[in-house]
Amino acid sequence: MRPTARSSPHLVSGTGFAVLVVALVAALVAATAFAIGVGTVDVPVGRVVAVVWSHLSGGTAVQDPLTDQIVWEFRTPRVLLAALAGSGLSLAGVCLQTLVRNPLADPYLFGVSAGASLGAVIALTSGVGLVAGLGVAGAAFAGSLISLVVVFVMAQRGGRLIGSSLVLAGVAVAYLGTAITSYIQLQANPAELRGVMFWLLGSVAGASWDDLGVLAAATAVTAIWLTTQGRSMNALSVGDDTAAGLGVDVHRLRVLLLVAASLLTAAVVSVAGGIGFVGLIVPHAVRLVVGPDHRKVFPVSLLAGAVFLVLVDLVTRTVDRPNEVPIGIFTAALGAPFFLALLRRRKRALR
Amino acid sequence: MRVRIDGVSVVIDDTTILGGVDLVAEASAITGVIGPNGSGKSTLLRCVYRALKPTTGAVHIGQDDVWRSSARQAGLRTAVVAQDHDLDNDYSVHEIVTMGRNPHKGVLDRETTADRAIVDRALERVRMDWAAHRVFATLSGGERQRVLVARALTQETPVLLLDEPTNHLDIGAQLELLDLVRELGLTTIAALHDLNHATAYCDRLLLLHAGRAVAEGTPAEVLDADRVAAVFGVRSAVVPHPLTGRPHFVTASITGSAEEEVPSDPTSTGRR
Repeated sequence: MRPTARSSPHLVSGTGFAVLVVALVAALVAATAFAIGVGTVDVPVGRVVAVVWSHLSGGTAVQDPLTDQIVWEFRTPRVLLAALAGSGLSLAGVCLQTLVRNPLADPYLFGVSAGASLGAVIALTSGVGLVAGLGVAGAAFAGSLISLVVVFVMAQRGGRLIGSSLVLAGVAVAYLGTAITSYIQLQANPAELRGVMFWLLGSVAGASWDDLGVLAAATAVTAIWLTTQGRSMNALSVGDDTAAGLGVDVHRLRVLLLVAASLLTAAVVSVAGGIGFVGLIVPHAVRLVVGPDHRKVFPVSLLAGAVFLVLVDLVTRTVDRPNEVPIGIFTAALGAPFFLALLRRRKRALR
Repeated sequence: MRVRIDGVSVVIDDTTILGGVDLVAEASAITGVIGPNGSGKSTLLRCVYRALKPTTGAVHIGQDDVWRSSARQAGLRTAVVAQDHDLDNDYSVHEIVTMGRNPHKGVLDRETTADRAIVDRALERVRMDWAAHRVFATLSGGERQRVLVARALTQETPVLLLDEPTNHLDIGAQLELLDLVRELGLTTIAALHDLNHATAYCDRLLLLHAGRAVAEGTPAEVLDADRVAAVFGVRSAVVPHPLTGRPHFVTASITGSAEEEVPSDPTSTGRR
């Protein structure tokens, strides 16, 4: 007789899942309030809440103008950008990993961010002309769309997207974009170079409210659409033929997922630069905890990605005060050990 | 529900994979599709379950043209045990089988008690209920195939399609799976490799060779020794099965040396 397992094999399931979601929402709110308070001038959490509340409720400012400006004009947009970028990159990662059924897929593998970087770097260094007119964010967005179209055209055969071709075309486009970006960097003067480097490694510093609109809209629209696609994505994640047998229009879903993930990545990269690792690792970590069901993976990735990047951003600006370290360095430095610990646990559970 | 395949051909990049195949699979019968590797068995099935659009021709299930109705409709008519199941994920058996309810559910519907009961019954039917909360990828090959049949059952479709369902299974698991399929009594189309499974379990057979239908009919009509020699390149003979008395296929390499030959064997006719 084989042993009969009585409950789900996943680390968190059933009511545990609801508890996890509530805990993540609470963690996001707490981390956001705390992160807004920390900086060159520390603001107690109570005053952060008071300032944010006075703006949200449209009431008169109860704080002194300086605190008000620090909290509302500088810190809040920055922390929200970190949260939105973390959510957006995590969702894009889930989409892409399912789309090509390749655990290494992430927003940076598909050439989208390399295209965005190229656009941004041209805008940062050229100073004049059409590209400069778009601004850094606009040029980054244009670059990512162009690379998306190239990958798309290369990876389809007879109107069908081929998963393996998608990965290969994405990698090739990414290398090409990186090569051109590197060449431009070598030509850049030292003053421009620092800006370029900082941008390439990703940063949410200097975020303003204007930066958030497009990204917030892209994240919200994608998240709502993905909520309706959980079952189909479960089917797709076990096989194309199986998914077709379960009533999924595989080709259509593939195209929509690629477009959604690319637009999301482009929206993040155009305002926050190349923040790596989040889109790769958050979805995997989430699956290790709640299992592979996309109806659970999406909401948890959205929240976990936001919490993770808010905390990482907090570290980047406190570890070496008053200097800031690019956020891309710490996403990997903090995320990798955590992920490896989860991976070890999975190996034990599968035995 | 009857499945009718009319003149289906598939041409990909100027290569003809299927060249105008016709087949009628009668309701509640098991129709076997046999043929060598690359003869187009899987491709034909994929045209039926809407994974691959035929270049020409049509597939009807009952009165409905598969390629003129939606993907979801296909999921309500045909259930598939395909060959491509990815094992690099941690879905539990219960989660895998629950996917069979997908075509019945709206995008925001949750699984109801009724759905869970259907899943439990399907798992009991294939004797895999003990494994509901195991990780699918950790099961043995035979157990996994039974779970996939359970998922097909939860789709509650009139038609069942099996793409080489006994691949990688030990002999006991192969027969157990085919017995189960016969018990189900659905309109079944199965791509099979083993000619004895085809004769023992199928009501009708379609023999494919290089994308074309070579023969169609009862197993006895289709599997004659000359045809098997021409299509599979092996010598064959039909002998009574020593245990069951049913016709049984025995095969030998076509290049076998003369001294292996039993000189007086009257049934060995496949030699060229």
